[in-house]
Amino acid sequence: MPMDPLSKLENQSIYIFREAFNKFEHLAMLWSIGKDSTVLLWLARKAFFGHVPFPLVHVDTTYKIPSMIEYRDQLVREWKLELVVGKNEEVLRAGRTFPNGQATRVECCGTLKKDALKAVLDKHHFNGVIVGVRRDEEPTRAKERYFSPRDKNMEWNVADQPPELWDQFKTDFEKGAHIRIHPLLHWTELNIWEYIERENIPIIPLYFANGQGERYRSIGCFPCTFPIKSNARTVREIIEELRHTNTPERAGRAQDKESEDAFEKLRRDGYM
Amino acid sequence: MSAAISMAPTEQLKIVIVGHVDHGKSTFVGRLFHDTGSLPEGKLEQLQHIAERRGVPFEWANLMDALQSERDQNITIDTAQIWFQTQKRQYVIIDAPGHKEFLKNMVTGAANAEAALLVIDAHEGVQENSRRHGYLLNLLGIRQIAVLVNKMDLEDYSQARFQHVETEYRAWLKSIHVEPKVFIPIAAKQGDNIASRSAHTPWWTGPTVLETLDDFRVSEPPDGQPLRFPIQDVYRFDDRRILAGRVESGTIQVGDKLIFHPSNKTSSVKSIERWNVVGTAPAGAGESIGITLTEQIFVERGAIAAHETAPPYELTKFKARLFWLGRQPLQQGRSYKLKLATQEAEVALDALDRVLDASTLQVIQRPNGEALVARHEVAELTLRTKRPIAFDAVSEIIPTGRFVIVDGFDVAGGGIIVDDNYPRRTADSLHKSHDIYWSHGKVTTAQRAGRNSHAGCVVWFTGLSGSGKSTISTELERELFNLGKHAYVLDGDNIRHGLNSDLGFSPKDRKENIRRIGEVAKLFADAGLICITAFISPYRGDRDLVRQMLGPGQFIEVFVNAPMDLCERRDPKGLYAKAKAGQIKEFTGISAPYEAPEKPEIELRTDRLSVAESVTTILEYLNVLDTSGAVMI
Repeated sequence: MPMDPLSKLENQSIYIFREAFNKFEHLAMLWSIGKDSTVLLWLARKAFFGHVPFPLVHVDTTYKIPSMIEYRDQLVREWKLELVVGKNEEVLRAGRTFPNGQATRVECCGTLKKDALKAVLDKHHFNGVIVGVRRDEEPTRAKERYFSPRDKNMEWNVADQPPELWDQFKTDFEKGAHIRIHPLLHWTELNIWEYIERENIPIIPLYFANGQGERYRSIGCFPCTFPIKSNARTVREIIEELRHTNTPERAGRAQDKESEDAFEKLRRDGYM
Repeated sequence: MSAAISMAPTEQLKIVIVGHVDHGKSTFVGRLFHDTGSLPEGKLEQLQHIAERRGVPFEWANLMDALQSERDQNITIDTAQIWFQTQKRQYVIIDAPGHKEFLKNMVTGAANAEAALLVIDAHEGVQENSRRHGYLLNLLGIRQIAVLVNKMDLEDYSQARFQHVETEYRAWLKSIHVEPKVFIPIAAKQGDNIASRSAHTPWWTGPTVLETLDDFRVSEPPDGQPLRFPIQDVYRFDDRRILAGRVESGTIQVGDKLIFHPSNKTSSVKSIERWNVVGTAPAGAGESIGITLTEQIFVERGAIAAHETAPPYELTKFKARLFWLGRQPLQQGRSYKLKLATQEAEVALDALDRVLDASTLQVIQRPNGEALVARHEVAELTLRTKRPIAFDAVSEIIPTGRFVIVDGFDVAGGGIIVDDNYPRRTADSLHKSHDIYWSHGKVTTAQRAGRNSHAGCVVWFTGLSGSGKSTISTELERELFNLGKHAYVLDGDNIRHGLNSDLGFSPKDRKENIRRIGEVAKLFADAGLICITAFISPYRGDRDLVRQMLGPGQFIEVFVNAPMDLCERRDPKGLYAKAKAGQIKEFTGISAPYEAPEKPEIELRTDRLSVAESVTTILEYLNVLDTSGAVMI
């Protein structure tokens, strides 16, 4: 009998988690507090029978919507998680950020997220980093691999990606390089919400419509993330909404739109 | 679980689009999305706007070709996946590049698909990669194939032209034993016969592309086949030893008696483990689960569990069809890494039957008969692994019938194992004599360790007569041997038959006995073996003497600890009875002292542990020492 679609996705993700955990000595998982990385966290607990046997890395730009940090700290306590916070203190101190008018949006993402991530990976010698990106989010992610190498400068050689077949992944690489592992790559936004419903996963309330008929569809830093018009107040209503929408998920994320290939450049340089 | 049936998540099918470069694959996908109303809002306008700004004609292909370099060159470089929905189900569309240079990306895309649409330009006709892709789809195991004869608008929608292309390509597919589902005339740019039937082809009575898609079947997990459960990892969370893995074929349930390959150890399933799921229901193919066993045996990543009635083959040689993607050719005399399910083994090319150009089926002849497979070639060959691996022919069980080959850091090739009358469950007697070609002039300890993939050491058992030393040591030896390690037991009685036949049982002779054994063990360890000794060796000082002969970490003292009365009850050789009757003088524990180790590396309470558990304890300790070691929690 064919397996139901969500179980199929789930089983594949668990397999990838277990491969990563077996193959990488210094493994960490990025946690952005959003729905995807929270589903990712849930799948990790499925893979490891309730445990999360590696630290979570949160790259804090200090511009996150405040309730995100509250939610983060609450889950860390409840699920007994090991949290490593990365921050680009230097750029923040100097105030070279977009909200301060001292950087473009893309430059700001570059320093506060990408550079901060590189610093935290270097400091802890992580050589495997689990990230919750999905192929359906935006076009360059559509070309990603489950195990995606980054060189010692964290650059993504998108023109020469490793072959990936029959669940045999790239787990051999040069010293100094690291591998991004993407267990959610094959999920869609709709799948994520269907799974949240099935598993009853606690999700940060920012995704649900407030009294003004607005909700966040994708969350990030408040200066660059905008809510969408929506009256969906429950997971079920979000699923219903997504089944009938034609608007892309990251429509509310301003950094993607600065230029035609803004996001591709960011990602080549090591952005998530 | 989901509430209403109408809200149940929909079925998903993965389709790959393949074919020669510029035959219109990405254009077809763009058009398919447009015609089924699947384009994100504003996407079409955005792409039209970009094209206008860049002063180039609008291309449907830009929808998929997300990379700047792809848009600049108007070709697809890497495979991409996007989703769309019909009344029937959700589709994952995998766009694969048609340029030969990006064959590895085509393979990546196609290997993940359940069905394929192969696009051929009606004007250009069948080209090199039309044929190569057809061949590779078959090798990758994709059986549902529809052929789209595209750009019919350039041929005035001529039925004769369509039939010409169909006849030519059908003949090719037939020569590689592929039966296509259908050939459809389309014009992707104009949308003919994609989502709706075209007025331009009144002669066409067959299905549209969309109807063909809905007609493909979602592949069913191979539940009905023999069980293959490759161990992915062993966890020890919450004081339980859980073997984690994915059921690749068949089903597994509590109570099943399993045999693990390649060690041939058996045990039974005590529980099926899943997190946040109540009960311990059987697990079918495709499920990532964990199991616990009734009897603790040593199993690590790479073992494949099966039911005793239907085991896999277990050999060091197999025949395969292989495609090569590596920059360096596959060559005889070099060693590579084979990955098959969760197994990894050193592998070399044993014999090359023939190398083919997959776009012509021409046999490639090398000038001086060199045995190599170059990039983008396919080959029929025999591979030889350094240690036995468990596998199936792909015609029997797919997931354990295919493999990839890693060269250096890169996956450089992949292949399927073809039938060859393999004998079942008999060790390939040939595999040992083949290891010669790795040795070099002066052999260092590190080289030996490298070849053996373990260092030499001495596992020194000590304990009362009847405590279990011999039983555990021989079992350990067998286990290590099965794991491909080089191990040898120096048995007390055997040594006293020959080497030490001049010695008695006085403290002085006992000391000399141990000294000689120590020296022999040291030589064995130096030769790279795991030397196991099983002697009472009652005096602490004597054992410490041997410890000093060896390097740090090389002497592993195993205290086999069982209460005297238990040893006496076991008395396998009837010695206690004789000693008590005074027939044996200076019998340890009765008429001679036993000095227990103060800090043994391992202590085995054999009154509490089974033989298998004792062996497992030692193997786990040895694994810690092994730098290549399997990950243990």
